[in-house]
Formats: sequence, C-alpha cells, structure tokens
Amino acid sequence: MSPLLSSAMNSPDNNQTNSIGPVLSQGATVAWPICLGYIPIGLALGVLAQQTGLPWWAVAMMSILVFAGSAQFICVAMLAAGASISAIIFTTLIVNLRHVLMSSALAVYLPRVNHRFLALFAYGITDESFAVNMARFRDSGWDRWRALAVNHISNLVWILATITGSLVGQLVQPGAFGIDYALTGMFICLLVFQLNGRIYIITGFLAALISVGWYLLIPGDSYIVGASVCAATLGYFLQCRYRRNK
Amino acid sequence: MNFSDYLLLFAGMGLATYLPRALPLLYLAHKRLPQWLIDWLGLIPVAVLSALLAPTLLTDAATRSLSLGKVELIVAIPTLIFALKTRSLGGTVLVGMVLYWLAGLFI
Repeated sequence: MSPLLSSAMNSPDNNQTNSIGPVLSQGATVAWPICLGYIPIGLALGVLAQQTGLPWWAVAMMSILVFAGSAQFICVAMLAAGASISAIIFTTLIVNLRHVLMSSALAVYLPRVNHRFLALFAYGITDESFAVNMARFRDSGWDRWRALAVNHISNLVWILATITGSLVGQLVQPGAFGIDYALTGMFICLLVFQLNGRIYIITGFLAALISVGWYLLIPGDSYIVGASVCAATLGYFLQCRYRRNK
Repeated sequence: MNFSDYLLLFAGMGLATYLPRALPLLYLAHKRLPQWLIDWLGLIPVAVLSALLAPTLLTDAATRSLSLGKVELIVAIPTLIFALKTRSLGGTVLVGMVLYWLAGLFI
C-alpha cells in the first residue's frame, strides 16, 4: 500500500470527507484485492473467449454491457457449444437472479438515496464488490460514495483485463497457468469472507448439500437459485430457534 | 457471428444482468425492511457462493454425476486454508491457479 493511501485510510477525518480525492483513494484501497483477483480471472476469460473465436471488440462489448464474470464464463462456454442467443440470455438471467438478493441486502444501507445514484450503483454490483461493501457497511465508517468507487474501479479493471486477455489469447496454451481455476479460487475466498459465525457455516454446508443434490437430479442451472433460497430459509429458521432457546 | 449478433446477445445479457441488480435497489431503498427479511438476506451470500462452488468441486460436469476426489476438490483444500489464514482475495486466486496448474502437471 502506498503511504498516500494508508494515511488516507488511517485519518479519521477523511472518513467523513466526501471530496473526490479521499473517496477515490479509499475506494481504491478497498477495491485493490478485488482488482488483484479480477486481473487473472479477467485475463483467463479473455484468453478462453479468444480461443473460442470471439474477436477482441466482442470481448470488450461483453465486459462493458454485461460485467458479470460467472455469466460471461458461462456465455463463452455456451458459444463454444453452439448454443442459441436466446438460450444464453435466459441462462444469464437465471445465474444473475442471485443479485436480486444481494441488491436487496445492499438496499438496507442505502435508504433515501436518489434513483440516479442507485441506477449507477446497481451496474457495479457483483459477488465481489457485494462481499467487500457489505463487510465495510457492517463495520460502519463506510458510505455510498466509497462503495460506488469500489464498484466502478473494479469494473474498469475487469474490462481492461478481459480485453488484454483476448489480445494475448493466441499466445497462451489452453489450460496453462491454471486459468480454469481462477473463478473457483475467487468463490472460495468470497465464501471465507462470509463465514461470520456458526449459522453462516451451517447455511453454507446446507447450500452445498442441496446444490449437489439438485444439480444431480434436475437438468439446467436452477440448482444455484434453488439451493441458495432453500439453504438460507433453513438457516433462518435454525437461527430463530437458536435465539428462542437462548 | 457478426457485429449485430454480438450486440443483440450482449445487450440481452446486459439487461438480464442489470435488472436483477437495479430493480430491488430502486424499489427497496426507500423502504425500511422488516428484521426477518434482513436476517434472511444476510444468509443469502454464503448460500449462493456455496451453491455455486459445491457442484464444481464434487461433481463431474460432463456426466453430471457425483465425483469425489477431483483435482478441483483436492486443490480447494489448501486454497481454502490460505484464504482463511490471509483473507486475501487476489492471493487466494493466484494460489488456487498455481496449485491447480501444478496438480495438472503432476497428477
């Protein structure tokens, strides 16, 4: 971390300052671990897209218009398999339904905020920025402008990384450097960020069990939404019972 | 696919991505949520991430069957420990990739 960034982080006065300098530098400080993760993942996506036959400008267009890493990986895989445009769009919708729940959770921390800000903020809600911003909002000393900076700094890095990946794609052998594991590694770490107590661990285990069962029994991608809603609901009732018995 | 095919595909995907993110925020941010909903939503991220991960680690995608002992699962154990110890997102991704790459070379 540069001295400039760390002094901006350590000074309590700056927490309340909403001038563009501290907002951007604190946003960047918080966003950099996301960006560090986005660079290999974005490069990996770009390389895979190039090897599937997408031109670099199509990768750029996809990252700007979509900005949803897992949906983009799925899109590339489906294009490689020759899926139709409508099938890919529908799958994207299903995979991104989880953001309904994340966006609703963020809404708790954004009361009485104007629609224009929310429309801009919504564009940058990802699994990663969600996990980081929620943790920051919970600790307090965090506000919507810093959260917006996190969203859009990581967004910009993502776009650049995917384009770079597609430009260098032809130089990379398929499967080299473990690029296929980039997304899995990221999900593992984001999961760790969420383990804030016993009920979270139990809910995570329930979701794993249900999703594997659902995945094996029901074709398609409904296991993601289905298992998460079931597990969170079971976890919620367990939490209620635990609180009553205490 | 030509330019307009890509534009159609990505515009559609963009809408399918943007609307689930924007609508709850625009609709819910002006209301106070009930406590039960806040508690329930608090458990959603861990559930979603776990639901995305578990089939990747524990099943075979080609045959859609249970597959314990996959390289993905074995690599996930040290990756998980690294994430728990360091809580570093970028570091975890890199460690996972390198281990997976090495595992592919030697297993």
